[in-house]
Amino acid sequence: MVKKGIERLYLGLIMLFLYAPILTLIVFSFNDSKSRAKWGGFTLKWYKNMLNDPMISKSLYYTLLIALLASVIATIIGTLAAIGIHVMKKKTKSVILNVTYLPVLNADIVTGIAFMLFFVAIGLKLGFTSMLIAHITFNIPYVILSILPKLSSLNKYTYEAALDLGAYPMQAIWKVIIPEIMPNIITGFLLAFTLSLDDFVISYFTTGGGVTNLSITIYTMTRRGIKPEINAVSTVLFLSILILLLIINKRTDRNTKKLGGINI
Amino acid sequence: MNRKWLATPYLIWMVVFIVVPLVMIFYYAFTVKDANGTRFALDHLMKSFDSKYMVALGKSFLYAFIATVICLILAYPLALILVKRNKGGAAMMFIFILPMWMNFLLRTYAWLSLLETNNGLLNTVLRALHLPVLDIIGTPKAIVLGMVYNFLPFMVLPIYNALAKIDNSIMEAAYDLGANDFKRLLKVTIPLSMPGVMSGITMVFMPAVTSFVIPNLLGSGKVNLIGNIIEQQFLLTYDWGFGAALSIILMIIILISMAIMQRSDEDMEGGAGLW
Repeated sequence: MVKKGIERLYLGLIMLFLYAPILTLIVFSFNDSKSRAKWGGFTLKWYKNMLNDPMISKSLYYTLLIALLASVIATIIGTLAAIGIHVMKKKTKSVILNVTYLPVLNADIVTGIAFMLFFVAIGLKLGFTSMLIAHITFNIPYVILSILPKLSSLNKYTYEAALDLGAYPMQAIWKVIIPEIMPNIITGFLLAFTLSLDDFVISYFTTGGGVTNLSITIYTMTRRGIKPEINAVSTVLFLSILILLLIINKRTDRNTKKLGGINI
Repeated sequence: MNRKWLATPYLIWMVVFIVVPLVMIFYYAFTVKDANGTRFALDHLMKSFDSKYMVALGKSFLYAFIATVICLILAYPLALILVKRNKGGAAMMFIFILPMWMNFLLRTYAWLSLLETNNGLLNTVLRALHLPVLDIIGTPKAIVLGMVYNFLPFMVLPIYNALAKIDNSIMEAAYDLGANDFKRLLKVTIPLSMPGVMSGITMVFMPAVTSFVIPNLLGSGKVNLIGNIIEQQFLLTYDWGFGAALSIILMIIILISMAIMQRSDEDMEGGAGLW
């Protein structure tokens, strides 16, 4: 009995540690007073300010546009890559996968400056295109990694049967393999989208010319001092990520029937 | 047509946008530009070994190490408790790793506004209770706190996964052979969860040691860690060659520590420590 109580208390304390800061942000996004400590009544004015702030709305636009483009392109390239890599010889496969893991394993700051030096060297002006390329690049590994395990669990004879029955290889891939791995493709896509939405370090080094995403805008704002509008942005972002994750989680849950949430 | 050609677009992408940029770092680090053009030189690398930068590197490792140890101490009991709950544990787990997906800057900013010495919520509450105020913004303590807060879920997740994999019959066998709870924890649970602990350590230590946002925000720019110095070379002083050399040193140290970790953790799947 006592042991259970201690366990509950421990869970509660860690939960408090993890959530108190986030909840404070959310609560104070509705606070009428500019203070971060005193409650001055309920208001939506920070949300209104946020919507009217040209910098915030512009960076929101770029965040969504880049996340969408990067995740779609990464999903297409990554899906094709996974199907191709799957049938490669073991040695080639392991070399390619090791390089694929590089952006996942490398420190973000190193990936970011590597891109920056590269873009400057090839003469591409830092801005929308450079940031998009960087996002696609760090997204692809996650798409490949969500699809590859599923490919190895597929029955390879269905593909061969399709060929024997006269399908062209492209048709067989499109009609047999793609439908089977579709849930993983979508999971990979959502994962890529979420990561892209959330990225700061790599975007920070690869952008320029006034193109910023939300993370960079938040960083610039915090360095200038604390603004209640950031609380409003936090709340909106937190809720959107929460919804996205619940969708991803439901999908993984259904697909693998493994412990929920662990596959994120 | 062979299916493996489908990977061609990716392979081209991979070489151009993963391999070449990494080569660029080495190019910048090992060359200097002067009147005679660009030539191979070790100047940047030599400059990195200046005591000023080595101190920053040492501090980064120290703070990241402290943060990793605190995360481990907090996460292990948490994972143990959650695993015992079977079905409910998985759902609870989702709640504990959810903050990991909240924007990293906002998580850090949240602490910045909580900890503010004069107007922060925490100190207002402490003052109302007549307790001494916390004045840690701008100090290493705030930085370590920020690291622990940001990276704790990265520690909980792999440990939980490792614990969940332990076969219950092993525990029962230990029990039948007369081991008490404490002995089972020490001799069965902890050794079997080591792979998870190892990947947890890597996943916390890596981002902590390279972070420049946490020291900038919670350290008020007063504490310079290696990440800050690298950032400044690229965005402030434009000494790219030197910045590249520092990143290579950082990268090599991280790779070596990861290799050591992996050696003690042959069990890790895929070799990448992804969950």
